[in-house]
Amino acid sequence: MSSPVLAVEGLKAYYRTSAFGVRREVRAVDDVSLAIAPGEIYGLAGESSSGKTTLIKTIANAIQPPLQVLAGSVVFNFRDRTVDIHAIERESLADIRWKHLSYIMQGSMNVLNPVRRVRHAFVDFAFRHVGGSMAEFLDAVRAHLERLHLGPDVLDAFPHQLSGGMRQRVTIALATVCRPEFIIADEPTTALDVVVQKGVLAMIHEVQRELGSSIIFVTHDMAVHANLADRLGIMYAGRLVEEGRTADVFRRPRHPYTRHLIASLPRLGDSAPKEGLGGTPPNLADPPAGCRFHPRCPLATDICRRDAPPMTEVAPGHRAACFHADQVAAP
Amino acid sequence: MSPALLEVDRVSRTYSGGLLTRRRVTAVNDVSLRLDADKPEIFTVVGESGSGKTTLARMILGLVPPTSGAIRFRGADLARLPSRLAFMREVQPIFQNPFEAFNPMKRVDRYLFATARRMAGLTNEPAIAEAADRALKDVGLSLAEVRGRFPHELSGGQLQRVAIARALISRPALLVADEPVSMIDASLRASIVNLLRDLCRRERVSIVYITHDLATAYYVSDRIIIMRRGEVVESGQARAVLDNPQHPYSQLLKSSVLSPEVPSTGAVRHA
Repeated sequence: MSSPVLAVEGLKAYYRTSAFGVRREVRAVDDVSLAIAPGEIYGLAGESSSGKTTLIKTIANAIQPPLQVLAGSVVFNFRDRTVDIHAIERESLADIRWKHLSYIMQGSMNVLNPVRRVRHAFVDFAFRHVGGSMAEFLDAVRAHLERLHLGPDVLDAFPHQLSGGMRQRVTIALATVCRPEFIIADEPTTALDVVVQKGVLAMIHEVQRELGSSIIFVTHDMAVHANLADRLGIMYAGRLVEEGRTADVFRRPRHPYTRHLIASLPRLGDSAPKEGLGGTPPNLADPPAGCRFHPRCPLATDICRRDAPPMTEVAPGHRAACFHADQVAAP
Repeated sequence: MSPALLEVDRVSRTYSGGLLTRRRVTAVNDVSLRLDADKPEIFTVVGESGSGKTTLARMILGLVPPTSGAIRFRGADLARLPSRLAFMREVQPIFQNPFEAFNPMKRVDRYLFATARRMAGLTNEPAIAEAADRALKDVGLSLAEVRGRFPHELSGGQLQRVAIARALISRPALLVADEPVSMIDASLRASIVNLLRDLCRRERVSIVYITHDLATAYYVSDRIIIMRRGEVVESGQARAVLDNPQHPYSQLLKSSVLSPEVPSTGAVRHA
């Protein structure tokens, strides 16, 4: 791989609280390493409370107590500079955000101020990074909106006057107007209807191709990953358990949890019975010893209960954290 | 013809705007459907947001009166029910987000006990606990696992099971499930959908399943209607309709479903 845009090494981020003498430690991200190449869409999958939102918060350095980074590093290689996001000052963080590193969020209504016209959102977020006069800036915004097939009149609309899909397109335009090298997309289509979702995903892909940006795309919807991601990382209970090219992961998953995720997907035209996963997701304040999946795993043996499996390469470009990776059947 | 459990007879519902606007929105327009009493089934209502499927559900639950048309449950018009409580015993809702359905400050077993007391008319503690336990066993849990727990101590899938168990305490004939799996994680979704199907087959409960997810609709439904802007555009046997949709809107809906097959890099990438 050429030098990655984002390199995460051995990242540990825990929520630590101490109240009335009771110390609690929630291990939301535990020893995660991954690298994302320029121009790549990296899909991050996992169920709620698997740590995927904590991971992207740590990547964006949006860390608020009780969240603490205990170990590891997050390094970005932007066009003109290399940045260790946890080592830089607050002011230079503000220079990087939006210009080099932007964010597409889930609830578009929460991003746009409901009592101000959309134009103000663009000014607030992006004006300081683009420079020039206000008129030039607004011309640039209009040109960008046109590239994304949005009319210039959305700038004068209030958020509630736009449909959900339209609003999400506006937030994508907002996140890409400064041509950032890296975009974090956190469940951007989960709240949308199927018909609208497809259009929004196509738009994300189109703008990504045009700008050559890298995207880390977080969602629990495996069908979205199948259609969009170049590579896929699967998180379970705070750990990355499998990573590989999307097609490889879907055709030949090497972790029992991934296999289950893929096999249990309902498909149109298929009414064969699907098995739900037994057991419950682990409590991250007190995770099971050894492999965190072992209480729900059909392949678990003694070693799984004792030792945490390391991430190992099972095929070229395909890593999995399972002692029995070779026994995982095709879905 | 066998007796009907539920008849929705040419029902429409319009909402008018505020005091100052004249805008009227027709949420549901001339919808009819019928469920048989002696043939329990999963009847699915599919449509995008704004298609009127939730308004239809609220009318079936008697929470919103129709503007025109009538809804009858076991032949009795919902607008002239002698006893709302007797109706609620037989028709129970399941909502989308179990974390919103339960008060986070209250223990979840309270809901089960209150339902047993009010809906099933039980008065002594052992009978109440037994009714709660039996309903929980129907959904693959038990009272021992749930007793004294707060909503945040259970996973989304478990909590949705508790919500379904609560609905089952009064032994209803009809469940109205409005998007019951859309807030549930993918790995647990299959188990909730399987549970609905088992309840229909084993406990002979009819289910009105409201969803925008065609894949789970295909998986569990017996019959289906597809709604758009308050109108039914297509209806029939679920598999037949979804295998070969006739109406252009149904075809659009089907073609928009992202297939989880790889390499299916076609759908989004070349759109």
